Amino acid sequence: MAGRTRAIGMRLAQTVPVIIGVIVISFILTRALPGDPAVYFAGAMADAESIQQVREALGLDKPLVTQFFLYVGDLAQGDLGRSISTGQPVLTDLAARLPASLELTLSALVLSCLIAIPLGVLAAVRQGSWVDHLCRVLVTAGVSLPTFFTGILLVYVFYYLLGWAPSPLGRLDFIYFEPPRVTGFYLVDSLIAGDLETFAATLRQLTLPTITLALFTLAPIARMTRAAMLQALSSDYIRTARAAGLSRGKILFGYGLRNALLPVVTTLGMVFSFVLGANVLVEKVFAWPGIGSYAVEALVASDYAAVQGFVLAMAFLFVTLNLIIDLSYALIDPRIGFDTK
Amino acid sequence: MTQATDIPGRKPDGAWAHLLHVLRENPVTMLSFGMFAFFLLQAFFGALIVPHDPLATNAANALQPPNWTHWFGTDSLGRDVFSRVVVATRLDLTISVLAVAISFVIGSVLGAIAGYWGGWIDAVLNRVLDTIMAFPLFVLAMGIVAALGNTVENIIYATALINIPFYARLVRAEVNIRREAGFALAARLSGNSHFRTLAFHIFPNALPPMMVQVSLNMGWAILNAAGLSFIGLGVRPPTPEWGIMVAEGANYIISGHWWVALFPGLWLMLAVFTFNLMGDGLRDIVDPRRRT
Repeated sequence: MAGRTRAIGMRLAQTVPVIIGVIVISFILTRALPGDPAVYFAGAMADAESIQQVREALGLDKPLVTQFFLYVGDLAQGDLGRSISTGQPVLTDLAARLPASLELTLSALVLSCLIAIPLGVLAAVRQGSWVDHLCRVLVTAGVSLPTFFTGILLVYVFYYLLGWAPSPLGRLDFIYFEPPRVTGFYLVDSLIAGDLETFAATLRQLTLPTITLALFTLAPIARMTRAAMLQALSSDYIRTARAAGLSRGKILFGYGLRNALLPVVTTLGMVFSFVLGANVLVEKVFAWPGIGSYAVEALVASDYAAVQGFVLAMAFLFVTLNLIIDLSYALIDPRIGFDTK
Repeated sequence: MTQATDIPGRKPDGAWAHLLHVLRENPVTMLSFGMFAFFLLQAFFGALIVPHDPLATNAANALQPPNWTHWFGTDSLGRDVFSRVVVATRLDLTISVLAVAISFVIGSVLGAIAGYWGGWIDAVLNRVLDTIMAFPLFVLAMGIVAALGNTVENIIYATALINIPFYARLVRAEVNIRREAGFALAARLSGNSHFRTLAFHIFPNALPPMMVQVSLNMGWAILNAAGLSFIGLGVRPPTPEWGIMVAEGANYIISGHWWVALFPGLWLMLAVFTFNLMGDGLRDIVDPRRRT
């Protein structure tokens, strides 16, 4: 048990240099603005005096090293600057909009896992059959699909042609009231409030963007499941299990899938990187009020504090997710030592 | 691992025979090469062969569905969608080719140095690459373009930077396992400098897997660049480019004008699909054992 605690401690320690690196890159990005950063951070309406104020407030008149420590100090207090377009601190804006993005991302991941893992298992078990070919086509097509384009196609077919989906404008049709905020996830909040009608409306709005994102993440998960399952099924313990006369289901799911799931969990880390990026595009297509569309609006308005805050927040989110994946990996797999990596 | 590479002088048709064999065995790869030629043709001669001026507006002719004069219809300003889609090929391919070329060169140099000499250079490089990979890559590209300025060149630099880790890691691994190989030591003993050994004896062995990576990466680079211009970065209207054309068409899809967004999106998808299929095909040619 001591070994595992140490392994977890080691893994936690490994995140420290990564976080420092992330902060350094983000600092470089804030200072790499062409022209005078103070002018950008002060906004379009600023005059010479307020620019000077911003320069002093940001410490831009001090040496670079001092500036870096000032920047780190601000970050430690959760100060990411103030957004020009909304007038709010960037952190407040991001916190208000994060649940919308997370709700979308998580439902997409759950949906794609529900489809991709059985598909990958079937493709591996029936190697060379039509399921296998279907899986291969889906995998190659899935990585070639521009998410924003799939989203637009789905809107055209299911909203314009068939009329099944509601208009692609945000999380909830305007005739419904937002459920009282507890978690920020409308699905959960409407259930807590016992409002099934709002729950159904939320679900309808969520369906198309979720499918769009899920189609995109399907490919890497299915591919990895198939490969991991093939490897697991050709290993000695499966042969032994077969020889011992265990039932087919027990062999496939009790031994094969359980071992194959480990590499799949690792792939999820990479999938998150893609999903967080694709999220931005999907949110723009569906006018989803998450942090992705916040960043896009900020980019258009040259609202640099908001954009940099967004990039930094995404990086922290991604590092945290990877950490959780690795730690849960350690809890799932009793053989784990991180040093084997 | 020593590789039995074909010796050109002794077996002149060995590589070609293998290539033809693989192509015959795998018609999908052949198809992908054909589609690649199709896109190259558009990139080189697109501007010369299109029936209409891609920038000419004609308000009287706006939002026409596909017909015999305008094969892909017209957009909200009456511009011919077919001409715009074809002409856009050059810009989209240029962005991704340049981006991939930059990351190929920088990644190769960094990876080769780190893999050959190891030590602190290797450790520092790994930390830096880890840090780049700690960002969701598309988001990092957004941040870079926002910081450097909203131009096409910066789209190229951003796309190049987020791809460097893939090349650097690949080259580092390939060089590292051959550092102490017999042929490398022999090259050193016969008086080659470190640089010569690395550049002309060890590095060429990393090229086949790099080619596969390049092809797979091209598709991703196109997607990435189109995604950036979809959200309004880099390419500015009225320049024809697939991502921005899809973005323009998105406003009309709700009113049923499907052709404005569909055709640029389709071309984009086909281009990415071509590079992905080619990557898989090249993998079969380069390394038959890694076939999946």
